[in-house]
Amino acid sequence: MNLLWLQSGGCGGCTLSWLGSEHGSLFRELADEGIDLLWHPSVSEAGVDEARELIEQCADGRTAVDVLCIEGSLLRGPRGTGGFHRFGGGARPMIDWVRQIAARAQHVVAVGSCSSWGGITAAGMNPTDACGLQYDGEATGGLLGPDFRDRTGLPVINVAGCPPHPDWITETLAALAHGKLGAQHLDEYGRPRFYADQLVHHGCPRNEYYEFKASASRHSEQGCLMEQLGCKGTQAHADCNQRLWNGEGSCLRGGYACIRCTDPGFEEPGHPFTTTPKVAGIPLGLPADMPKAWFIALAALSKSATPARVRENAHSDHLLRAPSVKRTKR
Amino acid sequence: MSTRRIVGPFNRVEGDLEITLDIADGKIAAAYVNSPLYRGFEQILQGKLPADALVLVPRICGICSVAQSAASALALADAAGIEPPQNGRLAANLTLATENLADHLTHFYLFFMPDFARADYAGRPWHAATTERFRATVGSAPNQVLPARARFMQMMGLLAGKWPHTLAVQPGGSTRPLQSSEIFRLHRTLREFREFLEAVTFGAKLEEIAALASRAGLEAWREKAGGGDLRTFLAIAGDLDLWHLGRGTDRFMSYGCYREENGRLFPPGLWHGAAATLDIAAIREDITHAWYAAAGLPQHPAEGSTLPVAEKDGAYSWCKAPRLAGQVVETGALARQVVAGHPLARDMIEGYGASVAARVVARLLELALVLPAMERWLAELAPGEPWCITAPAADETSGVGLIEAARGSLGHWITVRRGRIHNYQIVAPTTWNFSPRDSAGQPGALEQALAGLPASATEPLPAAIHHVVRSFDPCMVCTVH
Repeated sequence: MNLLWLQSGGCGGCTLSWLGSEHGSLFRELADEGIDLLWHPSVSEAGVDEARELIEQCADGRTAVDVLCIEGSLLRGPRGTGGFHRFGGGARPMIDWVRQIAARAQHVVAVGSCSSWGGITAAGMNPTDACGLQYDGEATGGLLGPDFRDRTGLPVINVAGCPPHPDWITETLAALAHGKLGAQHLDEYGRPRFYADQLVHHGCPRNEYYEFKASASRHSEQGCLMEQLGCKGTQAHADCNQRLWNGEGSCLRGGYACIRCTDPGFEEPGHPFTTTPKVAGIPLGLPADMPKAWFIALAALSKSATPARVRENAHSDHLLRAPSVKRTKR
Repeated sequence: MSTRRIVGPFNRVEGDLEITLDIADGKIAAAYVNSPLYRGFEQILQGKLPADALVLVPRICGICSVAQSAASALALADAAGIEPPQNGRLAANLTLATENLADHLTHFYLFFMPDFARADYAGRPWHAATTERFRATVGSAPNQVLPARARFMQMMGLLAGKWPHTLAVQPGGSTRPLQSSEIFRLHRTLREFREFLEAVTFGAKLEEIAALASRAGLEAWREKAGGGDLRTFLAIAGDLDLWHLGRGTDRFMSYGCYREENGRLFPPGLWHGAAATLDIAAIREDITHAWYAAAGLPQHPAEGSTLPVAEKDGAYSWCKAPRLAGQVVETGALARQVVAGHPLARDMIEGYGASVAARVVARLLELALVLPAMERWLAELAPGEPWCITAPAADETSGVGLIEAARGSLGHWITVRRGRIHNYQIVAPTTWNFSPRDSAGQPGALEQALAGLPASATEPLPAAIHHVVRSFDPCMVCTVH
């Protein structure tokens, strides 16, 4: 299975995250899964004229593309011309190349939240009219339109995340290479369910603080980040605290909020990223599938039941009280 | 008569790059460097809360992500009038150093060296071995380096949660307090990376590389047995005379980086044949040849504006043209070490001036200089002492954050009005190096470095042009943000 990777209105961070794959060399990992890198802007030898020739062949069908990976938002501006990103070496805007190659490719994969929904590049006034391949924020559409299907009948596969974990990308590509990725393996936003059916909350090391609503009130404290510091881990679809980042990391483990970067629209949350919005003291973003009344009741109960150890440690940047040692009864 | 040729996309650089060449008499008469991608971060940031910049700016660039965070955190700290506690300062150093060293490694092995495996060099005595070692994606070197790099980047998992795009770097310090067992794991990771560099990259102790004091000393060191990829590069650089290729302006700038208890590990400054004072107030961004609406005379970034226009006479890039007191400067690892006074860096630019070889050696030299400093910072961390203080919000304020990314000087200028970002201007390293011409017609650093190189209107692009372009380790997504 060959793979053509193109970048547009993004930061290149998806590629850099991918290169951090921790299963030996990424290049050998891909070869081992039967994935042949036709061209990737950051790592391939071919440049300039050879690269342009190859891309032209992919666009006019002389070279068949099995998987087209797009990293970065698709820039429709200014005024629908796509002029904010021309593919180097010619006059054509990148969105033209993407439309043309996507129409021929066997599969189309949006790598990262930019090419999935627009992402950070679409934040604020969205100066470049950025969108995703098949989504414009939460609305279907985007560059390729809501009805786009690849040659096997799949929509664009959205490996959303800012950036995605290296394994999300490779596992998706490997599933395609082995013919094991069907519509039933994608969630309602076209994300691979193997990571999008999880919540960031699952496996969060701060779970004891969460249980008792023992909350950190400022950065570097050990308590739960949901109540004060903007954390959306209980709503965010990803396995970040089960499949860790760069060894033993995740946003929560790094001491800062999950900003729900795998979801469309995360770039404009409508509140400061690291401050939890509240009405009458109750956080607006409740945990997924949790009825509000129960959340309030449980929070009140658990706060009153918080052990002193948990309460004190929550407001410290290091352990003040260790858990007591229980002796087995004789 | 000259012939115009547009070349792109240049790959194995971060982001999009295109160069227009005017070719006459078999040489480049003039080069015009274009960044063909505009995203508009400075516009996106307007109206946001200052703290939200920390989510947005790292996403300017996937390879300088922490450098962008660090510049923003410094600007916000400056605006708030605070300084992080010692642990916060050390954690910031460690995080930035991890990114910068990983970037140097990525540049050498993944972006730069594969060009010597190209068929252009078939017949050179070193070509077969170099192809086996450095060929893009299949060579033994990239496949050996990726796992070592990934292991080294586990520093980021502990220091910053993840890379790229962390929120751990805050104006008041780090969100990630480290306990002694975590510091031990970081220490082991650093020691493993040191072992890799000494065995694979240098074939020598880091201290031996750091102590090299001259070109002659470097060549004498190369002659000694020991192996390592630096020796391979030096042999190629000698054969192809990369010491006399790609001279820029020979005016070197560094903002300085890695805060120590007093001063910085690499001090800020300017070098033009001799040390000169770096006057930040003398920076101006010129937009004569860039697709931005003119707002009068060139502006200091603190007063700068970013108003893209679809068409403009004489414009050929989305990159602005920053100038220091009207002059073009070069920035990057070579500039940083020349300014900091490293004797090898200073000696490498004696005579010819900056070159492809000097830029590449300076990057590897920094691997040898910074890793021991990281070991020291790690030992200075004090669990139990504070890591982060809270920045008080101010409705009317301004600040500046100056830092060194792997590829050179990065500056953020923020103005806050009524508690919101009124203006946010960013001048990135490659904005300096790959700028277009200014109102005086002065070409940017790369444009100067390319002029005069052999080229043809019809033949494949000579490899030398690839070497010169990549020797700056350009980051185009930072260049135009």
